[in-house]
Amino acid sequence: MNIHEYQAKEVFRRYGIPTPQGIPAFSVAEAVEAAKRLIHDTDSQVVVVKAQIHAGGRGKAGGVKVVKGADAAKAAAEELLGKVLVTPQTGPEGKKVQRLYVEQGLAIAGEYYLAAAVDRESKRVVIMASSEGGVDIEEVAEKHPEKIHKVFVDPAVGLMPYQIRQLAYGLGLSKKAQRSFHKLLSSLAHLFVEEDCSIAEVNPMIVTADEECVALDAKINFDGNGSFRHPSWEDLRDLSEEAATETEAREAGLSYIQLDGNIGCLVNGAGLAMSTMDTIQHYGGQPANFLDVGGGASQEAVTKAFRIILRSDSVKGIFVNIFGGIMKCDIIANGVVAATRELGLKVPLVVRLEGTNVEQGKAILAASGLDITPADTMAEGAQKIVELAGRAA
Amino acid sequence: MSILVDKNTKVIVQGLTGAAGTFHAGQCQDYGTQIVAGAVPGKGGETWTNPSGKGTAPVFDTVREAREKTGATASLVFVPPPFAADAILEAIDAELELCVVITEGIPVMDMVKVRRVIEGQSATRVIGPNCPGVITPDQCKMGIMPGHIHRPGGVGIVSKSGTLTYEAVGQVTALGMGQTTAVGIGGDPINGTGFIEILEMFEADPATKGVILIGEIGGAAEEQAAAWIAENFSKPVAAFIAGVTAPPGKRMGHAGAIISGGKGTAAAKIDALHAAGAKVAPTPSDMGKTIQALLS
Repeated sequence: MNIHEYQAKEVFRRYGIPTPQGIPAFSVAEAVEAAKRLIHDTDSQVVVVKAQIHAGGRGKAGGVKVVKGADAAKAAAEELLGKVLVTPQTGPEGKKVQRLYVEQGLAIAGEYYLAAAVDRESKRVVIMASSEGGVDIEEVAEKHPEKIHKVFVDPAVGLMPYQIRQLAYGLGLSKKAQRSFHKLLSSLAHLFVEEDCSIAEVNPMIVTADEECVALDAKINFDGNGSFRHPSWEDLRDLSEEAATETEAREAGLSYIQLDGNIGCLVNGAGLAMSTMDTIQHYGGQPANFLDVGGGASQEAVTKAFRIILRSDSVKGIFVNIFGGIMKCDIIANGVVAATRELGLKVPLVVRLEGTNVEQGKAILAASGLDITPADTMAEGAQKIVELAGRAA
Repeated sequence: MSILVDKNTKVIVQGLTGAAGTFHAGQCQDYGTQIVAGAVPGKGGETWTNPSGKGTAPVFDTVREAREKTGATASLVFVPPPFAADAILEAIDAELELCVVITEGIPVMDMVKVRRVIEGQSATRVIGPNCPGVITPDQCKMGIMPGHIHRPGGVGIVSKSGTLTYEAVGQVTALGMGQTTAVGIGGDPINGTGFIEILEMFEADPATKGVILIGEIGGAAEEQAAAWIAENFSKPVAAFIAGVTAPPGKRMGHAGAIISGGKGTAAAKIDALHAAGAKVAPTPSDMGKTIQALLS
């Protein structure tokens, strides 16, 4: 689960990580107020107006404006609010800016890249630091991996001082900055674990003119599985950052991603859902969505899934592909029948059921009298729906 | 022969009295698995009854007591995510040989800690979490997979994906072959056992004539398994990687990309497996045919 920079910085501050002074703004007027207050508090005319979207690469896309004075801040806010930013991380459709963060400007003596993440290979938290902050860090990682310094955190003892020293020496920090870095990084490592993060990134971390380390940017991605111990995450969620149908699906316990094709898919299991999409494309069709109903979905959740798929006008056919383990085929069948009765079905529907309670499931579909095309295998089902949807289109 | 489980495996179910535990332990028992006990804190002294009416099992408060009273060798975990890490560590503390974790949704930070404990001991092998479990056909089903699609035979199956494992099993059975053991290792970022450890067991199992390996996009486990296969594995491997057509996800920040360093895409995994001599099935419906061709 992603949150905005200004929210991540609030979390940073709770753990004692130094950040610039800043105020979130949801309108031009609020941005001007914020700029005036910062100019007054910091006794400096320089403020930074930053677009708040759930993606990186904002600077290069024109989403960060360093300005002097409240009037210039107003102009920057007017330009940014409502603008669609396209960065390498947003996808081609970009993201519309609906929130701003107005921040004090700081004199920068050095820029660094700093991040904590879960490393699948070592099965530990990895801390990465590089003196190549501010440029394209992914390119650095690819061409000069030696310039990314890494330490791996043993969960039994946590991040140790010698590891922080290793990184500080690797970055070539001054003595004074090393002390400040130590404090910042031990706080970040602590925050990462306590807050169930999957990524916490500071790009850049800066060293100021008076040799203090400050988090100039902050990105946090929470591990959704940890939500049960962080009820406050709900308040941090920005629903405008996700498609409405994706929100609705998530609340129903479904994993749903909208795609560009015309064949709706309802599948159990992420691997099977992905390979159902692969198979549809193999036979010349285009999936309209990824939808994993999960292991223990109820009949209501299946109905909800149908409703979400059918909401899109571009859907010209639906392929239900279930290999029941935890999921029982009769529950899926009841859900399919209930949804079809409730919503009506104007597009072809191919259902392939296999696994737990498959006979009951097939019997329910057959007894329903509905126009459902059965299939015995995934390949057969994919071929049938591609053909039927092609005819309907 | 088989790996991990057979007719002598005696199973404790952690979370036996919950809805999922009761239903699936019942299915396992009906399949023929020796379900010898449940371990549920606060429910010690109760007796669990299989919903099918075909059996019962005593429930104990702790895994250790359940093991001592019943001679159990393995545990099957259905405990909900907030308590799952604790349950796994309790099974390790009781020195069971095997702990299979079905639970989906365990926080990754909990698994980082659990993995640290796993690496510090050698008594217990942990499979999962977020997996369908392990089955040796006609001997022992420790998991949530539909039992009836399996048949004894010479194909070993190891998979990150639950439902795709069923696909592979169903195809192998439909083609008149069968499985030695099918193992779901789970698709979470951090799990108890990886591809290579399972492949080592299949290599050592004379009954296993060939293996189907099923991976997914993300991580580098498939690439590492491919490198290991090239050096160490003597049997034919059919593979499938899910997610060839998955659109690149929206993301935030660079850290994920820096760690993966170009690995993790379906194309990179398929190339690595080809280079290692594995035959990669073009569609998920071809997994069975691919291993059949390699074994004939």
